[in-house]
Amino acid sequence: MAAAPYLDFEKPIAELQRQIDHLRELATDRQLDVEREIAPLERKLGELRHEIFGNLTPMQRVQVARHPRRPYTLDYLEACFTEFVELRGDRLYRDDPAIIGGWARLRGRPVMVIGQQKGRDTKENLKRNFGMPHPEGYRKALRLMRMAERFGAPSITLIDTPGAYPGLGAEERGQAEAIARNLLEMAAIRTILIAAVIGEGGSGGALALGLADRVLMLENAVYSVISPEGCAAILWKDASQKERAAEALKLTAQDLLRLQVIDEIVPEPPGGAHADPQQAARALGDALDHAIGSLEKLPPEKLKRQRAEKFRRMGKVAEA
Amino acid sequence: MAWFRKERKPRTSSRERLEIPPDAWDKCEECAHVDLREKFERALQVCPQCGFHRRISARRYADILTDPGSFVEVFGNLRSVDPLGFEGYAERVARAYREVGPQEAVLTGHGTLTGVPLHLAAMEFAFMGGSMASVVGEKIARLAERSLQHKAPLVIVSASGGARMQEGVLSLMQMAKTSVVLAALRDAGLPFISILTNPTTGGVSASYALQGDVILAEPGAVVGFAGPRVIKQTIGQDLPEGFQTAEFLLEHGMVDAVVPRSHLADATATLLRMILRLPSAEVAD
Repeated sequence: MAAAPYLDFEKPIAELQRQIDHLRELATDRQLDVEREIAPLERKLGELRHEIFGNLTPMQRVQVARHPRRPYTLDYLEACFTEFVELRGDRLYRDDPAIIGGWARLRGRPVMVIGQQKGRDTKENLKRNFGMPHPEGYRKALRLMRMAERFGAPSITLIDTPGAYPGLGAEERGQAEAIARNLLEMAAIRTILIAAVIGEGGSGGALALGLADRVLMLENAVYSVISPEGCAAILWKDASQKERAAEALKLTAQDLLRLQVIDEIVPEPPGGAHADPQQAARALGDALDHAIGSLEKLPPEKLKRQRAEKFRRMGKVAEA
Repeated sequence: MAWFRKERKPRTSSRERLEIPPDAWDKCEECAHVDLREKFERALQVCPQCGFHRRISARRYADILTDPGSFVEVFGNLRSVDPLGFEGYAERVARAYREVGPQEAVLTGHGTLTGVPLHLAAMEFAFMGGSMASVVGEKIARLAERSLQHKAPLVIVSASGGARMQEGVLSLMQMAKTSVVLAALRDAGLPFISILTNPTTGGVSASYALQGDVILAEPGAVVGFAGPRVIKQTIGQDLPEGFQTAEFLLEHGMVDAVVPRSHLADATATLLRMILRLPSAEVAD
């Protein structure tokens, strides 16, 4: 098996995992029972994961959020939804593969699922534009949310993007307008909107899917007004100060919960969502299901009002 | 009689010329045209030669877009705090307050225009690049709510580089905060006219600046989501001439009209009077 990519600080974990795998292989080849030898190693692996992932710096969380093996929208669609039927195109210009969406069932309940999609390899990344949507992606998302509203179904958005794409075509076709419109229209939607930041929540390009009744965030996801690299380059003219910027920006799930920008943190398995995607998907599915259940009884007007009131309170000012 | 005057004229004018202080002259940054400072001033800081629109203060837009003496500032008492304890921010914002003024990056108030009551917000680019953080979001939200209470139309003049980094995700959330209030304004059937000036980018363009029922832009204003530098970096080539200017946006269907500064008040008043089903200003006079 080819070595899976891992981050610098994951090296001890990867090393131990490799030893365990090796031992298992040997045992299988020679038909030996090594479980007694492996058990303490497994225990050690668990402790190591706990130790390393329990003490991540903000920049390390950014790295985990961007991990090449982190589950993406399609992985969650596969693992916690059934009967996914993809719906494509914004009916105005084209289909943007950086955002996917469509009908699916969550624990039997029909919902609209919309999410940014990154690629696993270069070829897929070219197609998905590294998860950076064009205006037509946001317009498709809005079309689908409105369809769900028309048929009384909740919409679930999965946020995972470095940001809205800053390119010529994107600007020509109104990137700013598309995001601005989504915000205005999401404020007016009369059905349940649940957002979950599953990886990178990159600025306006993330928020364009994020004006929701409940905003969940996976434990190691990040959500920020700017990337640590971008912030460092602008403030200190030095992108290598990203650690310092990541610290200052307060972009972890724990920070955002404290700032009352998100409503709930979804726990990840030890070692991060990529260490056990099935468990991560179960936890996300539970949280989404619970969030929808808690809002289902609300009349549409009240739902809309509570959503508006929640965002209206955000920020901090003093009165002189 | 005639020759007598002619005799004296050169002497008068030469004395006048001597009396013109050197700082009475002004030079256009765009076309290098030199003219009397007063002429620039009378043209609202638009070059009399090439029409280049200089940046002007929020206060100046309030003067332009309201009847003389009618503008009353509100929510001027809101001040920034440093919610994240972001290094260097407290000092930076204190300096901006000292150097630019207490209105933060947006001046909010109400007044009349051709007698029509309106609520007006004008962004102050000199205050940290017109960046939007909690105070800007809160002032815009409160102003829109006040418009709702008074059933008065809203006009916002934007000038901003986007969301302010030093308040982190709270700055980002001001886009959502202003949007939910403007959605309520829309529900109530109250008009919102958005005026874009140079520059309007980032979080401001991607929220209220492009949510207007009518969107007007000053000539030459750079308007976009990403700033020109970021795009250049991304695509690795120079941007086409005139990319992201008001005229470019007009051509691409993103704004309703490009309106010179001298016509902004007239255009705004004419539109508001029709939207509100009031008689035209001439008839009303």
